[in-house]
Amino acid sequence: MDENSIGYIKPTIITIKNPLKLLSGKILSQYDLIYETYGSLNKDGSNAVLICHALSGNHHVAGYHEGEEKSGWWNNMIGPGKPIDTNKLFVVCLNNLGGCHGSTGPTSINPETDKVYGSDFPIITVSDWVTSQKELMGYLDIPFWKFVIGGSLGGMQALQWSFQYPELINNCIAIAAAPKLTAQNIAFNEIARQAIMKDPNWHNGNYLEKGVSPDQGLALARMLGHITYLSDESMREKFGRDLKTSKLNFNYDVEFQIESYLKYQGEKFVTGFDANTYMLMTKSLDYFDPIKDMSESLINNLQKSKSKFLIISFTSDWRFPPKRSKEIVKLLLDNKRNVSYSEISADGGHDAFLMGNHDYFDIMRSFILESNNGI
Amino acid sequence: MAFRKDLLLISSWIKPNTKVLDLGCGDGELLKILKQDKNISGYGIDNDIKNIKLSLKNNVNVLQMDLDKGLKGFELESFDYVVLAQSLQVIKNPKELLNQMLRIGKEVIISFPNMGHWSSRIQLLTCGVMPVTGNLPYAWHDTPNIHLCTIKDFLKFCKDNNFEILEHSITDNNQKTNLLAKLMPNLFGKMATFRIK
Repeated sequence: MDENSIGYIKPTIITIKNPLKLLSGKILSQYDLIYETYGSLNKDGSNAVLICHALSGNHHVAGYHEGEEKSGWWNNMIGPGKPIDTNKLFVVCLNNLGGCHGSTGPTSINPETDKVYGSDFPIITVSDWVTSQKELMGYLDIPFWKFVIGGSLGGMQALQWSFQYPELINNCIAIAAAPKLTAQNIAFNEIARQAIMKDPNWHNGNYLEKGVSPDQGLALARMLGHITYLSDESMREKFGRDLKTSKLNFNYDVEFQIESYLKYQGEKFVTGFDANTYMLMTKSLDYFDPIKDMSESLINNLQKSKSKFLIISFTSDWRFPPKRSKEIVKLLLDNKRNVSYSEISADGGHDAFLMGNHDYFDIMRSFILESNNGI
Repeated sequence: MAFRKDLLLISSWIKPNTKVLDLGCGDGELLKILKQDKNISGYGIDNDIKNIKLSLKNNVNVLQMDLDKGLKGFELESFDYVVLAQSLQVIKNPKELLNQMLRIGKEVIISFPNMGHWSSRIQLLTCGVMPVTGNLPYAWHDTPNIHLCTIKDFLKFCKDNNFEILEHSITDNNQKTNLLAKLMPNLFGKMATFRIK
């Protein structure tokens, strides 16, 4: 455990009984949300931070779970003295609705049928997530978010907060995000979904009833996704054309290190992730298009927003490259919002948002410190 | 904090409650003081990550962008003032940038070191070497300054491009003016600041 770690953390689960009307028109009569908090909420409730997770993320963003060696997924960013400083801030992260780490999702029991939801679980959109996150906010007595922060799909949720509830957010940080997916992004997601649906264990999404799971398809989906998270440079640097054995075998077994790495990533992923959740998360990404969806009221909301925005991109990210972040910046500039933008030189591709990088961390720290003055 | 004197002059030309875009904003000092004293809103642009960090620390909106790639993302007349303080000489295509600045700003404020100052002239005339001065401390081979000009050059540039000069100030490095600089600005002025539209 590093010296600036939060230490051991236990998650909490709450049941929200207020029915959630989803964008699709369907209604979830009740649902569980699992979350973790770090630091403490001050008296006037002015130091709360919401961290939104990306496609395969969860509520365990920092610190350690008892008996586990691996820390939360953004442990380098969040903790005492770190850019998101838990000595000053009260940090909240939840597993999104539809997830598979403790919040209600496709692997949960449908109270209406007493059976696992499986394919019956409705598709949840970014705006539905924000609505459910607001329920948690109310439960925790948080009057407003000092910061809403997220990378990738998490950044989209942070942006959605500023459109949907502008009066409840002071600062929005969207990292390696995009205002909507491109045809290429959707194409990659569709191949991932096809890989899952073509698995003989898919059973139209009701695989748990049969006691199986479409692991091969999900592993393929993850392998494909993983390639899009890395940059050409970082893959070349890490693996090059290195072989696992000393010579070519002239067969189709795993020979190159990159093949072995991807296979490992795929196999590791399926042990902790549900295929229906993966389907749902990719669909949610595909559907996100707040500018198109923006009714006049959403535009008005944005213009009413007093929020400050920080948009960050990474030079080697080709999944959501800098030009996509610049589209967000342009939208905010055109609406005369307070926005800052930084393009970090990094080789790590899309995943750079999770990695340590001096400039990136300094930018986060500077923005957060300055915006946090007065607490 | 010691305030850069050339920025004081620029700040004095900017009316309260306006919108300002500061190109090559450095640590964001100009916008910080304008926010405090004149309630302006605006953004700085810089391409150096160090300056992005410093501007954020000064609580100024700042965008990391390369000015040589243009300002196409900004809408027509979206700012009251577009400022380019002491950065004209590093721009690849000054004419294109000036046109962009005048498109997105109602007025443009621009300052640059005067290459026509006698100290520069003397170095070239007597020593036969490229001038190196306090304002322009770089040797010819490692200078970021690729488009240096004199006050006379700039006046011709404005005339050729139909830029209207609204105000100007020719001073020494401390923003002080003197009789010689008034009489023969191109020979005795070290720093030139223009407000144009």
